[in-house]
Amino acid sequence: MMSSVASTSQGVRLPLLMVGSLVALAVAIATATAIGDYTIGLGTVVLSITNELGLTGAELSPIEQSVVWDLRLSRALVAALAGAGLALSGTILQALLRNALAEPFVLGVSAGASTGAVCVIVLGIGAGSNALSFGAFAGAFAAFGVVALLSNGATTGPSHTILAGVAASQLFSSLTSYIVTTSGNAEQVRNVMFWLLGSFGGVRWPDFQLLLIIVPLGLAVCMYLGRALDAFTFGDEDAAALGVPVGRIRIVLFAVTAMMTAAIVSMIGAVGFVGLVVPHAARYVVGPMHMRLLPASAIVGAVFMVTADIVSRVIVSQQTIPIGVVTALVGVPFFAVILYRARPQA
Amino acid sequence: MSILAENLTWGVRRRTIVSGISISVERGETLGLVGPNGSGKSSLLRLLAGLKRPGAGTVTINGRDIAQVPRKALSREVAFVQQSAATETSVTVLDVVRLGRTPHRSALAGWSARDESAVVKALERVDMWGRRQQSWQTLSGGERQRVHIARALAQTPQVMFLDEPTNHLDIHHQIEILRMVRDLDQTSVVALHDLNLAAMFCDKIVVLQSGSVFASGTPEDVLTETLLKSVFKVTADVTRTAAGADMHIRFMP
Ligand SMILES: Nc1ncnc2c1ncn2[C@@H]1O[C@H](COP(=O)(O)OP(=O)(O)OP(=O)(O)O)[C@@H](O)[C@H]1O
Ligand SMILES: [Mg+2]
Repeated sequence: MMSSVASTSQGVRLPLLMVGSLVALAVAIATATAIGDYTIGLGTVVLSITNELGLTGAELSPIEQSVVWDLRLSRALVAALAGAGLALSGTILQALLRNALAEPFVLGVSAGASTGAVCVIVLGIGAGSNALSFGAFAGAFAAFGVVALLSNGATTGPSHTILAGVAASQLFSSLTSYIVTTSGNAEQVRNVMFWLLGSFGGVRWPDFQLLLIIVPLGLAVCMYLGRALDAFTFGDEDAAALGVPVGRIRIVLFAVTAMMTAAIVSMIGAVGFVGLVVPHAARYVVGPMHMRLLPASAIVGAVFMVTADIVSRVIVSQQTIPIGVVTALVGVPFFAVILYRARPQA
Repeated sequence: MSILAENLTWGVRRRTIVSGISISVERGETLGLVGPNGSGKSSLLRLLAGLKRPGAGTVTINGRDIAQVPRKALSREVAFVQQSAATETSVTVLDVVRLGRTPHRSALAGWSARDESAVVKALERVDMWGRRQQSWQTLSGGERQRVHIARALAQTPQVMFLDEPTNHLDIHHQIEILRMVRDLDQTSVVALHDLNLAAMFCDKIVVLQSGSVFASGTPEDVLTETLLKSVFKVTADVTRTAAGADMHIRFMP
């Protein structure tokens, strides 16, 4: 009797699933580190990493060791955390806004980040990739501020917040276009476009360190509020009737998702589709209750993003496809399968 | 006194929707709230349950002013069943009823034996235990209603507010649910449209009209032919047995 009530209809055992997907993640990261224009054997990859961690002292070519450690591993780990963070943000926003189409950029964060980045690239405010990241981050938060203001501190209900997000996105997109068209040259426009479509090209260890703080912290906050998120199933008023402080939870979670998304976008650009598709995929497997859904989304997002990064590097030789293009190309067919299989049984 | 509302007033912009309502409900009593569409029944229930803040007046539940009680603590004592609940999420019946335990669980606490028994009892009570694994989306209107009542029961409240709980229910379940509400130890306030059911199952009745109390008292005292004529604009024939226990309202075409 006990177990029949304690487990939900989705009978997949969570621990098994978690272990399985952690293994998948490890394999994906190892593969991402081995594969590239210059393929390195898996054994060398493992040894390079253990060397750097001071666990082994194997004789390796310094170049290979450096490619593995300085370029590829940091990139793969950033991809994993970025995927996890975007998927988590999407899950939260879909629950809070009760909208299946909600994704991390629904609050205008990506449009704001673009404006910030474009200001840095085109207007030449500041210099270097740090300035770019900082500009993107500031822009993202400015956009979130506009949304918060327009939706009255996000207290006015889901559809209002979505409309405010749309308005902020439009505002910042047109600002971006304005800046690009009035003062950009062809080269700059190309840079901006490339940045907007997303790239892991520039990421290094400091990016990883920042995400290693922000994403797990975000996951922890979301898990802590996971039960409260479940209570939003039948709407805000119903959540309040179940004792959930609706306004406070909403503002905390909006801020957490804006924070994660802004940090991620400022590093890798506005990579779409992960935050929209992954929560649906995860929900399809573990069901809609958040204590299971949140960790599942995070890990599926991580695997998905690392895989997309691998694809982006190998699909055309000697060239890297923008990551946002790959997530959409891989994501759409995958999504189609879920939509088809999850259709209501008529 | 289990529920005491004094001089409640609430409105939006210039329009006053609930004006100067005072009611009191004894512990264990079932109060029926009747009145025409738009007379303010749902609004009053929300004020009583603390889901809306009154512009003026106070609500006291079990001796405490609910404006002073934290949300979560209040939901351990007070449950509210909405007039119509909907979701797009594909949750199961069990998921929904388990939500009723939300106010009793801390953020990371496990599922306790007490949670378990509350959920099982609630599902059995509304006759939905056998369908606990079914997706909420696929339930009939009446089954959804019963699941929501079960969720409120799983909250193990002392006070329940139900907004037209018998909507969509077949006559058997209308009677079952109202009998259950009446027989529970809890204090209940129920908005109802079926006056015969209200007369049958409520200890007291409050008739609302345009946001104010038009009449209140026992069903026999309140539901008179003259009142039905003036509030609901219908001609009715009210018959009662000698004991006064069974009254019956027959509406004239
Ligand atoms: N937030 C609001 N803004 C404007 N008007 C409102 C609001 N809430 C309720 N009203 C109005 O207040 C009146 C009372 O509404 P309420 O829902 O309380 O009626 P009711 O007695 O429950 O009616 P019904 O029998 O149809 O359920 C209605 O005329 C409604 O239009
Ligand atoms: Mg109503």
